[in-house]
Amino acid sequence: MYMQDWDIEFSHLDAGYGARRVLRDVSAILPAGKISVILGESGSGKSTLLRHVTGLSRPLGGMVRIGGRDIFALPPAEFRRLRRQTGVLFQDGALLGALNLAQNVALPLSEHLALPEHLLREAALRVLAMVGLEAFADYYPNQLSGGMRKRAGLARAIVAEPRILLCDEPTSGLDPVTAARMDELLLSMHARYPEMTLVVVSHDLAGFRILAEHVLVIRDGGLIFAGTPKSLLDSRDAYLRQFLERRSGDAGQTPHRPMNHRVHAELVKWLTS
Amino acid sequence: MANFFAPVVALGQRGISAAVAVGDTTVFMLSGLAHMFSGVRIFPRTLRQLYVIGYKSFFVILLIGVFCGMVLGLQGYYTLVKFGSVGLLGSAVSLSLVRELGPVLTAIMLTGRAGSSMAAEIGVMRITDQIDALEVMDINPVAYLVSPRLLAAMISFPLLTAVFDVIGIIGGYLTGVLMLNINEGAYFYRISSSVTMPDLTGGFVKSFVFGLLVTTVCCRQGYTAHRRGDSVGPEAVGNATTSAVVISCVLILAADYVLTSFLL
Ligand SMILES: Nc1ncnc2c1ncn2[C@@H]1O[C@H](COP(=O)(O)OP(=O)(O)OP(=O)(O)O)[C@@H](O)[C@H]1O
Ligand SMILES: [Mg+2]
Repeated sequence: MYMQDWDIEFSHLDAGYGARRVLRDVSAILPAGKISVILGESGSGKSTLLRHVTGLSRPLGGMVRIGGRDIFALPPAEFRRLRRQTGVLFQDGALLGALNLAQNVALPLSEHLALPEHLLREAALRVLAMVGLEAFADYYPNQLSGGMRKRAGLARAIVAEPRILLCDEPTSGLDPVTAARMDELLLSMHARYPEMTLVVVSHDLAGFRILAEHVLVIRDGGLIFAGTPKSLLDSRDAYLRQFLERRSGDAGQTPHRPMNHRVHAELVKWLTS
Repeated sequence: MANFFAPVVALGQRGISAAVAVGDTTVFMLSGLAHMFSGVRIFPRTLRQLYVIGYKSFFVILLIGVFCGMVLGLQGYYTLVKFGSVGLLGSAVSLSLVRELGPVLTAIMLTGRAGSSMAAEIGVMRITDQIDALEVMDINPVAYLVSPRLLAAMISFPLLTAVFDVIGIIGGYLTGVLMLNINEGAYFYRISSSVTMPDLTGGFVKSFVFGLLVTTVCCRQGYTAHRRGDSVGPEAVGNATTSAVVISCVLILAADYVLTSFLL
């Protein structure tokens, strides 16, 4: 019944860092109750787009609306309420180095609710088990692999059962089996909370085929496609085809530049010394 | 014409950015102070910071304190002996410690010992998105990171200064009485007769203010490590730590002058 309340809408969004413009005139809707996948090359501005949904960066122009309301014009109390309902998986996990996994994952609860220690730990273990990290609850982030940190980050993002879940590359750096587990976890979240707005940034085409119900494709800071996965797969656009078929643009003709002969000579000397 | 005014413009811009930095830092400190009252969760974190700032610096303070007192005893003795007034050594040692050296040296030591690690820790949190993560979890990063450190500093700076003063006086005793054979009774009598309550409160006011300044500056340098003009990434954290220590030390001495002129 709240469905339309949690649509994320970009309207003529311009964004960047300092004077540098990273996103230009992006207008799109990420519908509530659906899994939206944002595709795009490395450096095209996907993480930057997410930073504007969480309100971490302010747009240079245009608006971000959630439930029809400009999030940067919300009264502070409303804005905080919105944030409480938003779970974010950062690209590098962004776990607090000073806390162990259980404390990290319980953080959204322990900071806001008056609950005894053992219940908090139980809540943390529940979601850690979902991402297969129950055995690592007492490890610190630095003692884990990159993929494990990412999974723990996902556990923290879902511990408070948010209405909006934003995942920046949940499966990059994971092996195919664990990646498929993450995709299934996201699907099961979607099945359990049908009204949740789920946004997944990805370059993982396998995951895209399983998850996507709505797709945005970003290229060099501009939106070049928005629609259903089917229409994307059927698209005739040369760039989109190339992206989907996993070809580099100038396949087979990446220019070969010979190494400077002096660098080469020194290198050979060093390698054979 | 433009060239002619360029130096003036440059100077003006530096002046403006310095004024902005002072304003930002003040706002940062005030918000850190305000968030001290935002909940009971600050107490366990403050305890942890008391351990880091207070307990872990304790032995360094002892060491610096005893040597400082010994040097004061030595220097004081050879100065006073020229005027035939070595009996005043107790006053000289205790007053310089309580009024000046105790608060200032303790604050400078704590800047190096605790302030630098605050700047580095918070700086690393900044560049690895941990502070952003706090924000999106609706956890105020200033309340979470800065307020406990401010509170812990407000408690531990004066306490460690008191330790420094006492140990310094014992250091003076070691050189003055045990090595140079001043009368023991005169040494301690001079201390109790010349150090007055305003001297003590003045010293504590100073160390309290230094604690606030050092913690604010160090936390803010780390907190804004991503906005440095001179560098990015790990290098920015390193530079933030350096700036934190340098700015803190300068501010300690500048504030010391201002406070002294009010307290005297
Ligand atoms: N803090 C920053 N300051 C300045 N420029 C930045 C910053 N963060 C990102 N950028 C720039 O913004 C552009 C988009 O970055 P973004 O992180 O949004 O890309 P992305 O699509 O998420 O890439 P990837 O798939 O590699 O994560 C890049 O060109 C990058 O150089
Ligand atoms: Mg990214």
